[in-house]
Amino acid sequence: MFVTPGFAQEAPPALDEAHTVEGAAQGGGDFPPFNTETYPSQLLWLAITFGLFYLFLKRVALPRIAGILEVRRDRIAQDLDEAARMKDEADEAVAAYEQELAEARKKAGGIAQEARDSAKAEAEAERRKVEEVLDAKLKEAEGRIADIKATALADVGVIAEETAGAIVGELVGGKVDKKALAAAVKAAR
Amino acid sequence: MATDPIHQFQISKWIPIEIGGLDFSFTNASAFMVATVAGAGAFLFLTTSSRGLVPGRLQSISEMAYEFIASMLRDAAGSHGMRFFPFVFSLFMFVLVANLLGMFPYFFTVTSHIIVTFALAILVIGTVLVYGFWKHGLGFLKLFVPDGVPGVLMPLVVAIEVVSFLSRPVSLSVRLFANMLAGHITLKVFAGFVTSLGALGVAGAAGAVLPLAMTVALTGLEFLVAFLQAYVFAVLTCMYLNDALHPGH
Repeated sequence: MFVTPGFAQEAPPALDEAHTVEGAAQGGGDFPPFNTETYPSQLLWLAITFGLFYLFLKRVALPRIAGILEVRRDRIAQDLDEAARMKDEADEAVAAYEQELAEARKKAGGIAQEARDSAKAEAEAERRKVEEVLDAKLKEAEGRIADIKATALADVGVIAEETAGAIVGELVGGKVDKKALAAAVKAAR
Repeated sequence: MATDPIHQFQISKWIPIEIGGLDFSFTNASAFMVATVAGAGAFLFLTTSSRGLVPGRLQSISEMAYEFIASMLRDAAGSHGMRFFPFVFSLFMFVLVANLLGMFPYFFTVTSHIIVTFALAILVIGTVLVYGFWKHGLGFLKLFVPDGVPGVLMPLVVAIEVVSFLSRPVSLSVRLFANMLAGHITLKVFAGFVTSLGALGVAGAAGAVLPLAMTVALTGLEFLVAFLQAYVFAVLTCMYLNDALHPGH
Protein backbone atom coordinates (compact mmCIF):
# COMPACT_ATOMS: atom_id res chain seq x y z
CA MET A 1 0.00 0.00 0.00
CA PHE A 2 1.11 3.52 -0.77
CA VAL A 3 2.00 5.38 2.43
CA THR A 4 1.26 9.08 2.58
CA PRO A 5 3.14 11.53 4.79
CA GLY A 6 0.07 11.34 7.02
CA PHE A 7 0.98 7.78 7.87
CA ALA A 8 4.62 8.68 7.87
CA GLN A 9 3.98 10.95 10.83
CA GLU A 10 2.80 8.02 12.87
CA ALA A 11 5.37 5.57 11.53
CA PRO A 12 8.24 4.44 13.78
CA PRO A 13 11.22 6.84 13.79
CA ALA A 14 13.42 4.30 12.02
CA LEU A 15 11.27 4.50 8.89
CA ASP A 16 10.75 8.22 9.08
CA GLU A 17 13.67 9.25 6.92
CA ALA A 18 12.76 6.93 4.10
CA HIS A 19 9.19 8.17 4.01
CA THR A 20 10.28 11.76 4.09
CA VAL A 21 12.43 11.16 1.10
CA GLU A 22 9.52 9.46 -0.63
CA GLY A 23 7.26 12.39 0.23
CA ALA A 24 9.76 14.84 -1.24
CA ALA A 25 9.90 12.77 -4.38
CA GLN A 26 6.13 13.16 -4.73
CA GLY A 27 6.69 16.88 -5.37
CA GLY A 28 4.94 18.16 -2.24
CA GLY A 29 7.63 17.76 0.32
CA ASP A 30 6.46 17.62 3.90
CA PHE A 31 3.88 20.34 3.50
CA PRO A 32 0.58 18.52 2.88
CA PRO A 33 -1.30 21.29 1.01
CA PHE A 34 1.43 21.32 -1.65
CA ASN A 35 1.56 17.55 -2.02
CA THR A 36 0.34 17.11 -5.58
CA GLU A 37 -0.20 13.38 -5.01
CA THR A 38 -3.38 14.19 -3.12
CA TYR A 39 -4.78 16.56 -5.74
CA PRO A 40 -6.70 14.08 -7.93
CA SER A 41 -8.47 12.60 -4.93
CA GLN A 42 -9.32 16.03 -3.50
CA LEU A 43 -10.58 17.34 -6.82
CA LEU A 44 -12.69 14.26 -7.47
CA TRP A 45 -14.32 14.25 -4.06
CA LEU A 46 -14.78 18.01 -4.10
CA ALA A 47 -16.53 17.69 -7.48
CA ILE A 48 -18.75 14.89 -6.22
CA THR A 49 -19.68 16.49 -2.89
CA PHE A 50 -20.01 20.06 -4.11
CA GLY A 51 -21.92 18.95 -7.19
CA LEU A 52 -24.41 16.97 -5.12
CA PHE A 53 -24.66 19.86 -2.64
CA TYR A 54 -25.36 22.31 -5.45
CA LEU A 55 -28.02 20.10 -6.98
CA PHE A 56 -29.65 19.42 -3.62
CA LEU A 57 -29.80 23.12 -2.75
CA LYS A 58 -31.00 24.12 -6.19
CA ARG A 59 -33.70 21.45 -6.44
CA VAL A 60 -34.86 21.00 -2.85
CA ALA A 61 -33.61 23.30 -0.13
CA LEU A 62 -33.64 26.73 -1.78
CA PRO A 63 -37.05 26.39 -3.49
CA ARG A 64 -38.44 25.34 -0.14
CA ILE A 65 -37.02 28.37 1.70
CA ALA A 66 -38.11 30.61 -1.16
CA GLY A 67 -41.59 29.09 -0.85
CA ILE A 68 -41.71 29.75 2.88
CA LEU A 69 -40.65 33.36 2.39
CA GLU A 70 -43.10 33.79 -0.48
CA VAL A 71 -46.00 32.40 1.53
CA ARG A 72 -45.11 34.69 4.42
CA ARG A 73 -44.87 37.73 2.16
CA ASP A 74 -48.24 36.89 0.58
CA ARG A 75 -49.81 36.34 3.96
CA ILE A 76 -48.52 39.65 5.28
CA ALA A 77 -49.71 41.47 2.17
CA GLN A 78 -53.07 39.76 2.48
CA ASP A 79 -53.38 40.71 6.14
CA LEU A 80 -52.45 44.29 5.32
CA ASP A 81 -55.10 44.37 2.60
CA GLU A 82 -57.64 42.99 5.04
CA ALA A 83 -56.68 45.60 7.61
CA ALA A 84 -56.95 48.37 5.01
CA ARG A 85 -60.37 47.06 3.95
CA MET A 86 -61.55 46.98 7.57
CA LYS A 87 -60.26 50.49 8.11
CA ASP A 88 -62.20 51.67 5.07
CA GLU A 89 -65.31 50.02 6.45
CA ALA A 90 -64.83 51.68 9.80
CA ASP A 91 -64.30 55.04 8.10
CA GLU A 92 -67.50 54.53 6.12
CA ALA A 93 -69.42 53.68 9.26
CA VAL A 94 -68.07 56.79 10.97
CA ALA A 95 -69.03 58.94 7.97
CA ALA A 96 -72.54 57.43 7.91
CA TYR A 97 -72.91 58.03 11.62
CA GLU A 98 -71.78 61.63 11.30
CA GLN A 99 -74.17 62.22 8.45
CA GLU A 100 -77.05 60.74 10.42
CA LEU A 101 -76.09 62.85 13.39
CA ALA A 102 -76.05 66.00 11.24
CA GLU A 103 -79.43 65.09 9.80
CA ALA A 104 -80.90 64.50 13.23
CA ARG A 105 -79.49 67.83 14.38
CA LYS A 106 -80.98 69.55 11.39
CA LYS A 107 -84.33 67.89 12.01
CA ALA A 108 -84.28 68.83 15.68
CA GLY A 109 -83.44 72.40 14.72
CA GLY A 110 -86.37 72.38 12.27
CA ILE A 111 -88.77 71.11 14.87
CA ALA A 112 -87.63 73.69 17.39
CA GLN A 113 -87.93 76.46 14.81
CA GLU A 114 -91.40 75.29 13.89
CA ALA A 115 -92.48 75.23 17.51
CA ARG A 116 -91.01 78.66 18.02
CA ASP A 117 -92.75 80.01 14.90
CA SER A 118 -96.12 78.55 15.79
CA ALA A 119 -95.86 79.86 19.35
CA LYS A 120 -94.96 83.27 17.99
CA ALA A 121 -97.83 83.21 15.52
CA GLU A 122 -100.24 82.22 18.25
CA ALA A 123 -99.04 84.94 20.53
CA GLU A 124 -99.35 87.42 17.68
CA ALA A 125 -102.89 86.33 16.96
CA GLU A 126 -103.78 86.61 20.64
CA ARG A 127 -102.29 90.06 20.79
CA ARG A 128 -104.15 91.17 17.72
CA LYS A 129 -107.42 89.91 19.14
CA VAL A 130 -106.85 91.72 22.39
CA GLU A 131 -105.90 94.87 20.51
CA GLU A 132 -109.05 94.65 18.41
CA VAL A 133 -111.17 94.36 21.54
CA LEU A 134 -109.34 97.29 23.07
CA ASP A 135 -109.73 99.32 19.88
CA ALA A 136 -113.44 98.61 19.85
CA LYS A 137 -113.76 99.66 23.45
CA LEU A 138 -111.72 102.81 22.77
CA LYS A 139 -113.88 103.72 19.82
CA GLU A 140 -117.03 103.20 21.85
CA ALA A 141 -115.70 105.35 24.62
CA GLU A 142 -114.65 108.05 22.17
CA GLY A 143 -118.22 107.95 20.67
CA ARG A 144 -119.73 108.38 24.06
CA ILE A 145 -117.41 111.25 24.88
CA ALA A 146 -118.34 112.93 21.60
CA ASP A 147 -122.05 112.44 22.32
CA ILE A 148 -121.67 113.85 25.76
CA LYS A 149 -119.67 116.74 24.41
CA ALA A 150 -122.26 117.45 21.72
CA THR A 151 -125.11 117.23 24.22
CA ALA A 152 -123.22 119.46 26.59
CA LEU A 153 -122.52 121.99 23.86
CA ALA A 154 -126.17 121.96 22.78
CA ASP A 155 -127.20 122.50 26.37
CA VAL A 156 -124.77 125.42 26.56
CA GLY A 157 -126.63 127.10 23.61
CA VAL A 158 -130.04 126.65 25.23
CA ILE A 159 -128.81 127.90 28.59
CA ALA A 160 -127.19 130.89 26.93
CA GLU A 161 -130.38 131.68 25.05
CA GLU A 162 -132.43 131.39 28.19
CA THR A 163 -129.98 133.42 30.15
CA ALA A 164 -129.72 136.00 27.42
CA GLY A 165 -133.54 136.08 27.11
CA ALA A 166 -133.87 136.55 30.85
CA ILE A 167 -131.21 139.27 30.87
CA VAL A 168 -132.67 141.01 27.89
CA GLY A 169 -136.20 140.67 29.40
CA GLU A 170 -135.02 142.26 32.64
CA LEU A 171 -133.16 145.04 30.88
CA VAL A 172 -135.55 145.80 28.05
CA GLY A 173 -138.72 144.27 29.34
CA GLY A 174 -141.33 142.68 27.30
CA LYS A 175 -141.13 139.66 25.36
CA VAL A 176 -138.02 138.86 23.41
CA ASP A 177 -138.21 137.18 20.07
CA LYS A 178 -136.91 133.79 20.61
CA LYS A 179 -135.65 133.41 17.06
CA ALA A 180 -133.67 136.57 17.11
CA LEU A 181 -132.23 135.57 20.40
CA ALA A 182 -131.08 132.24 19.12
CA ALA A 183 -129.45 133.90 16.09
CA ALA A 184 -127.70 136.36 18.32
CA VAL A 185 -126.40 133.70 20.63
CA LYS A 186 -125.19 131.68 17.65
CA ALA A 187 -123.44 134.72 16.23
CA ALA A 188 -121.79 135.42 19.55
CA ARG A 189 -120.60 131.93 19.89
CA MET B 1 5.03 14.79 16.79
CA ALA B 2 1.68 15.54 18.42
CA THR B 3 2.59 19.22 18.63
CA ASP B 4 3.72 19.48 15.03
CA PRO B 5 1.54 22.34 13.72
CA ILE B 6 1.56 20.94 10.19
CA HIS B 7 0.35 17.51 11.21
CA GLN B 8 -3.29 18.63 11.23
CA PHE B 9 -3.18 19.19 7.47
CA GLN B 10 -2.02 15.66 6.69
CA ILE B 11 -4.20 13.69 4.39
CA SER B 12 -4.63 10.02 5.25
CA LYS B 13 -6.30 7.46 3.06
CA TRP B 14 -9.34 5.77 4.44
CA ILE B 15 -10.40 3.78 1.40
CA PRO B 16 -7.68 3.48 -1.26
CA ILE B 17 -9.01 3.91 -4.80
CA GLU B 18 -6.75 4.06 -7.83
CA ILE B 19 -8.04 4.67 -11.36
CA GLY B 20 -5.75 4.92 -14.38
CA GLY B 21 -2.66 5.39 -12.27
CA LEU B 22 -4.21 8.34 -10.42
CA ASP B 23 -4.96 8.21 -6.73
CA PHE B 24 -8.65 8.91 -6.07
CA SER B 25 -8.68 7.46 -2.57
CA PHE B 26 -11.41 8.35 -0.11
CA THR B 27 -9.37 10.28 2.43
CA ASN B 28 -10.04 12.21 5.62
CA ALA B 29 -10.36 15.29 3.39
CA SER B 30 -13.05 13.52 1.35
CA ALA B 31 -14.80 12.46 4.55
CA PHE B 32 -14.93 16.06 5.77
CA MET B 33 -16.19 17.26 2.40
CA VAL B 34 -19.00 14.74 2.76
CA ALA B 35 -19.57 15.85 6.35
CA THR B 36 -19.64 19.52 5.28
CA VAL B 37 -22.13 18.89 2.51
CA ALA B 38 -24.27 16.50 4.54
CA GLY B 39 -24.28 18.80 7.59
CA ALA B 40 -25.15 21.94 5.65
CA GLY B 41 -27.73 20.15 3.50
CA ALA B 42 -29.36 18.41 6.45
CA PHE B 43 -29.49 21.64 8.43
CA LEU B 44 -31.15 23.56 5.62
CA PHE B 45 -33.52 20.68 4.91
CA LEU B 46 -34.54 19.77 8.44
CA THR B 47 -34.88 23.29 9.85
CA THR B 48 -37.29 24.26 7.11
CA SER B 49 -39.29 21.00 7.13
CA SER B 50 -42.08 22.47 9.26
CA ARG B 51 -42.45 25.40 6.82
CA GLY B 52 -43.52 27.54 9.75
CA LEU B 53 -45.26 30.77 8.92
CA VAL B 54 -43.66 32.09 12.08
CA PRO B 55 -40.14 30.66 11.97
CA GLY B 56 -38.45 29.00 14.90
CA ARG B 57 -34.84 29.82 15.77
CA LEU B 58 -33.26 27.27 13.49
CA GLN B 59 -35.60 28.02 10.61
CA SER B 60 -34.71 31.69 11.10
CA ILE B 61 -31.04 30.83 10.60
CA SER B 62 -31.77 29.14 7.28
CA GLU B 63 -33.97 32.03 6.19
CA MET B 64 -31.41 34.61 7.27
CA ALA B 65 -28.69 32.83 5.31
CA TYR B 66 -30.98 32.76 2.29
CA GLU B 67 -31.89 36.43 2.48
CA PHE B 68 -28.33 37.45 3.35
CA ILE B 69 -26.92 35.88 0.19
CA ALA B 70 -29.92 36.90 -1.91
CA SER B 71 -29.58 40.58 -1.00
CA MET B 72 -25.80 40.42 -1.41
CA LEU B 73 -26.15 39.02 -4.92
CA ARG B 74 -28.97 41.41 -5.85
CA ASP B 75 -26.97 44.43 -4.65
CA ALA B 76 -23.82 43.37 -6.49
CA ALA B 77 -25.19 41.94 -9.72
CA GLY B 78 -28.77 43.19 -10.00
CA SER B 79 -31.89 41.08 -10.40
CA HIS B 80 -30.39 39.30 -13.45
CA GLY B 81 -27.75 37.94 -11.12
CA MET B 82 -30.36 35.94 -9.23
CA ARG B 83 -29.97 33.10 -11.74
CA PHE B 84 -26.65 32.43 -10.01
CA PHE B 85 -28.21 32.42 -6.58
CA PRO B 86 -28.04 28.63 -5.99
CA PHE B 87 -24.40 28.70 -7.08
CA VAL B 88 -23.36 31.56 -4.78
CA PHE B 89 -25.40 30.16 -1.90
CA SER B 90 -23.81 26.72 -2.30
CA LEU B 91 -20.34 28.25 -2.35
CA PHE B 92 -21.02 30.35 0.72
CA MET B 93 -22.53 27.48 2.70
CA PHE B 94 -19.81 25.05 1.65
CA VAL B 95 -16.96 27.37 2.63
CA LEU B 96 -18.67 28.51 5.82
CA VAL B 97 -19.52 25.03 7.08
CA ALA B 98 -16.12 23.65 6.07
CA ASN B 99 -14.41 26.49 7.96
CA LEU B 100 -16.59 26.02 11.03
CA LEU B 101 -16.18 22.24 11.05
CA GLY B 102 -12.43 22.83 10.97
CA MET B 103 -12.72 24.66 14.27
CA PHE B 104 -13.46 21.40 16.12
CA PRO B 105 -10.35 19.85 17.66
CA TYR B 106 -9.01 16.86 15.67
CA PHE B 107 -11.23 17.78 12.73
CA PHE B 108 -9.79 18.30 9.28
CA THR B 109 -10.21 21.67 7.58
CA VAL B 110 -11.20 21.13 3.96
CA THR B 111 -10.51 24.75 3.01
CA SER B 112 -6.94 24.65 4.33
CA HIS B 113 -5.84 22.92 1.14
CA ILE B 114 -4.95 25.20 -1.76
CA ILE B 115 -6.24 22.74 -4.34
CA VAL B 116 -9.74 22.85 -2.88
CA THR B 117 -9.94 26.65 -2.68
CA PHE B 118 -8.31 26.96 -6.09
CA ALA B 119 -10.84 24.56 -7.59
CA LEU B 120 -13.67 26.63 -6.15
CA ALA B 121 -12.08 29.85 -7.45
CA ILE B 122 -11.62 28.34 -10.90
CA LEU B 123 -15.24 27.27 -10.80
CA VAL B 124 -16.23 30.89 -10.15
CA ILE B 125 -13.96 32.36 -12.83
CA GLY B 126 -14.93 29.59 -15.25
CA THR B 127 -18.59 30.42 -14.71
CA VAL B 128 -17.85 34.10 -15.30
CA LEU B 129 -15.96 33.35 -18.54
CA VAL B 130 -18.44 30.83 -19.94
CA TYR B 131 -21.50 32.86 -19.09
CA GLY B 132 -19.85 36.11 -20.21
CA PHE B 133 -18.91 34.83 -23.65
CA TRP B 134 -22.18 32.91 -24.06
CA LYS B 135 -24.26 35.94 -23.17
CA HIS B 136 -22.27 38.77 -24.77
CA GLY B 137 -20.04 36.98 -27.30
CA LEU B 138 -16.92 39.01 -28.03
CA GLY B 139 -18.65 41.97 -26.35
CA PHE B 140 -17.53 40.37 -23.12
CA LEU B 141 -14.01 41.61 -23.95
CA LYS B 142 -15.26 45.15 -23.26
CA LEU B 143 -14.60 44.14 -19.68
CA PHE B 144 -10.92 44.85 -20.35
CA VAL B 145 -11.52 48.18 -22.08
CA PRO B 146 -12.70 50.83 -19.63
CA ASP B 147 -14.56 53.86 -20.94
CA GLY B 148 -12.98 57.32 -21.08
CA VAL B 149 -9.35 56.23 -21.21
CA PRO B 150 -7.08 58.23 -23.59
CA GLY B 151 -5.91 56.20 -26.61
CA VAL B 152 -2.27 56.42 -25.64
CA LEU B 153 -2.85 54.79 -22.29
CA MET B 154 -5.22 52.17 -23.66
CA PRO B 155 -2.68 49.33 -24.19
CA LEU B 156 -1.34 49.83 -20.69
CA VAL B 157 -4.80 49.93 -19.11
CA VAL B 158 -5.94 46.86 -21.04
CA ALA B 159 -2.82 45.00 -19.96
CA ILE B 160 -3.49 45.93 -16.33
CA GLU B 161 -7.13 44.84 -16.62
CA VAL B 162 -6.13 41.49 -18.14
CA VAL B 163 -3.55 40.86 -15.44
CA SER B 164 -5.99 41.79 -12.71
CA PHE B 165 -8.60 39.46 -14.22
CA LEU B 166 -6.10 36.61 -14.41
CA SER B 167 -4.98 37.16 -10.83
CA ARG B 168 -8.53 36.86 -9.53
CA PRO B 169 -8.64 33.07 -9.16
CA VAL B 170 -5.25 33.17 -7.49
CA SER B 171 -6.15 35.88 -5.00
CA LEU B 172 -9.58 34.37 -4.35
CA SER B 173 -8.16 30.93 -3.57
CA VAL B 174 -4.98 31.97 -1.76
CA ARG B 175 -6.91 34.37 0.51
CA LEU B 176 -9.14 31.63 1.84
CA PHE B 177 -6.44 28.96 1.93
CA ALA B 178 -3.85 31.15 3.65
CA ASN B 179 -6.31 32.46 6.23
CA MET B 180 -7.41 28.99 7.27
CA LEU B 181 -3.90 27.56 7.17
CA ALA B 182 -2.27 30.38 9.11
CA GLY B 183 -5.06 30.54 11.66
CA HIS B 184 -4.90 26.84 12.42
CA ILE B 185 -1.10 26.81 12.59
CA THR B 186 -1.12 29.78 14.99
CA LEU B 187 -3.71 28.11 17.17
CA LYS B 188 -1.74 24.88 17.22
CA VAL B 189 1.52 26.65 18.05
CA PHE B 190 0.04 28.56 20.97
CA ALA B 191 -1.78 25.48 22.24
CA GLY B 192 1.52 23.59 21.92
CA PHE B 193 3.18 26.16 24.19
CA VAL B 194 0.58 25.41 26.83
CA THR B 195 1.35 21.70 26.91
CA SER B 196 5.12 22.02 26.66
CA LEU B 197 5.26 24.73 29.34
CA GLY B 198 2.85 22.77 31.52
CA ALA B 199 5.25 19.85 31.44
CA LEU B 200 7.95 21.97 33.10
CA GLY B 201 6.41 21.90 36.56
CA VAL B 202 4.72 24.62 38.65
CA ALA B 203 6.59 27.61 37.19
CA GLY B 204 5.92 26.35 33.69
CA ALA B 205 2.24 25.83 34.44
CA ALA B 206 2.03 29.44 35.69
CA GLY B 207 3.76 30.63 32.56
CA ALA B 208 1.38 28.57 30.43
CA VAL B 209 -1.50 30.86 31.40
CA LEU B 210 -0.44 33.44 28.84
CA PRO B 211 -0.45 31.16 25.77
CA LEU B 212 -3.66 29.60 27.06
CA ALA B 213 -5.35 33.01 27.13
CA MET B 214 -3.92 33.63 23.69
CA THR B 215 -5.34 30.32 22.45
CA VAL B 216 -8.78 31.22 23.77
CA ALA B 217 -8.65 34.66 22.13
CA LEU B 218 -7.38 33.17 18.86
CA THR B 219 -10.19 30.61 18.87
CA GLY B 220 -12.68 33.46 19.00
CA LEU B 221 -10.82 35.24 16.23
CA GLU B 222 -10.77 32.08 14.13
CA PHE B 223 -14.55 31.76 14.36
CA LEU B 224 -14.78 35.32 13.07
CA VAL B 225 -12.30 34.54 10.29
CA ALA B 226 -14.24 31.39 9.40
CA PHE B 227 -17.37 33.44 8.78
CA LEU B 228 -15.56 36.42 7.29
CA GLN B 229 -13.69 34.36 4.70
CA ALA B 230 -16.88 32.65 3.60
CA TYR B 231 -18.49 36.08 3.34
CA VAL B 232 -15.57 37.54 1.39
CA PHE B 233 -15.56 34.57 -0.95
CA ALA B 234 -19.28 35.02 -1.61
CA VAL B 235 -19.06 38.81 -2.05
CA LEU B 236 -16.19 38.55 -4.53
CA THR B 237 -18.05 35.82 -6.39
CA CYS B 238 -21.03 38.18 -6.67
CA MET B 239 -18.82 40.98 -7.99
CA TYR B 240 -17.14 38.75 -10.56
CA LEU B 241 -20.52 37.44 -11.70
CA ASN B 242 -21.58 41.05 -12.11
CA ASP B 243 -18.75 41.44 -14.63
CA ALA B 244 -20.14 38.49 -16.55
CA LEU B 245 -23.63 40.01 -16.56
CA HIS B 246 -22.61 43.60 -17.28
CA PRO B 247 -19.17 43.66 -18.91
CA GLY B 248 -19.25 47.41 -19.72
CA HIS B 249 -17.77 49.32 -16.80
